[in-house]
Amino acid sequence: MIQEIWQYEFLRNAFIAGILIGFTAPLLGVFIVVRRLSLIADALSHVTLAGIAASLLLGKNFAYFANWNPLYAGMGFSVAGALFVEKLRSVYKHYQELAIPIILSGGIGLSVIFISLADGFNTDLFSYLFGSVSAVSRQDVWTVLAIACVVIGIVILLYKELFLLSFDEEYAMISGIRAKLIHFIFIVLVALVIAASMRIVGVLLISSLMTLPVAASIRIAKGFKQAIGYSILFGELSVIAGLLLSYQLDLAPGGTIVILAILILLIVIMWKKWKRG
Amino acid sequence: METEYVLKLEHVSFRYEKENVLEDINLAVPKGAFLGIVGPNGSGKSTLFKCVLGLLKPQQGKIYLFGNPIETFKDWHRIGYVSQKANSFNTGFPATVYEVVASGLTAKRGMFRFFTKKDRQAVSEAIEAVGMSEFSQKNIGELSGGQQQRVFIARAIVSRPELLILDEPTVGVDIHHVQSFYDMLDELNRRLGITLILVTHDIGTITEKVTHVACLNKHLYFHGKAEEFDKLGEQRLSQFYGHSLQVLSHQH
Repeated sequence: MIQEIWQYEFLRNAFIAGILIGFTAPLLGVFIVVRRLSLIADALSHVTLAGIAASLLLGKNFAYFANWNPLYAGMGFSVAGALFVEKLRSVYKHYQELAIPIILSGGIGLSVIFISLADGFNTDLFSYLFGSVSAVSRQDVWTVLAIACVVIGIVILLYKELFLLSFDEEYAMISGIRAKLIHFIFIVLVALVIAASMRIVGVLLISSLMTLPVAASIRIAKGFKQAIGYSILFGELSVIAGLLLSYQLDLAPGGTIVILAILILLIVIMWKKWKRG
Repeated sequence: METEYVLKLEHVSFRYEKENVLEDINLAVPKGAFLGIVGPNGSGKSTLFKCVLGLLKPQQGKIYLFGNPIETFKDWHRIGYVSQKANSFNTGFPATVYEVVASGLTAKRGMFRFFTKKDRQAVSEAIEAVGMSEFSQKNIGELSGGQQQRVFIARAIVSRPELLILDEPTVGVDIHHVQSFYDMLDELNRRLGITLILVTHDIGTITEKVTHVACLNKHLYFHGKAEEFDKLGEQRLSQFYGHSLQVLSHQH
């Protein structure tokens, strides 16, 4: 198997992209979960799908767009969706969670329109929905790598601000931190990682890679840094094992990865229970 | 020498929609004071704080922090703040006491900068000052309400603020620990010279410790030294407040 990874470029691409995503998605996921924003990832992934559908539609009708990587349009839509979520959250101050169904259904609505305009599903779209081992191109790998570098760099640089904002938003505002700006940067990072994860886990399952490893991690972590460490560990475990399994058994990688992440979560919960006696 | 005022309010009024919450408040807090602000629920205490912390803008009047008008004030790290955390706190948050206290240095250190060795030392000292050293690597959610409140005070003092504002800090704190909690505040005030403003409706406990008292119920009914306040007697005071004042017995 290891030999095959080096032999076939498409496998190598899938693994490199997978490892990068297995790191960045849970890293941002920790902040998302503790801020109780888990559903935002879901909303944004559906907006990303709309972007991808739009790009596929354009590519079909105009030769000029045919060579565009749909990931870029996905990213554009995702970031725009993130900005829109923020806007809605400030409009509905007392119903902040309303932003999520609005954006989510908007994303699905647009996707469906674009897909029907493009005469329905094809394999390409299917791989965006559920992930694919064979669909990751070299260009995708570079894009994911660039996003991973940006995300990790910014999280390191803004770590203490992000921590404070997650732990105590009111205190962050009072202490004179530029809370709005930092939150804005964060949500854009989330949008980028979602678009980047699309190829491997697919639109329907991305949010799980941001939340499931974190859900397991916060059961056992002492402190925030440890919570991040465990989340990334569980994320990588499920992505790597999931890709191996899905290749061997010819399954969609998204589903395999998510089921493994759930297994890890169950094991952690049971282990914790057993330890308590 | 002229008295230095850490906080000064001149004719401050605030209203939400049409309801007046604060009317013509004049307040001056000298450096090194321990001011207790008492008032019943709904007396505008929290609103007053939000104005002082720059979260709300009063419709009338002026607020000065360390002699600077609040509109141009930038040194927010000189002010520490402890809210009624025990009520609203997410106990499942995976953060150690150490991490929570260190987060109090975020603004002082500034964006894109990392904590230094000196910062780490300051964190340990702040944790020690509130008597929580042995819990430093525990998750914040594992502590009792009183212990959590101590941690939040450590977070507020780690940046060495000159003014520390506490909004009903003993809400949710076990009654047996309230006394030692006030002793600790007293210590911070005397030993570290931090000016304290404490808001509470528990008037009995504070008059023993504070140097100044202010009584708030929309208007400021009394503002002066604690000794003068004691002379007033409880009779007079309940007139200010109607029947809503909660007088708890002194414990000597």
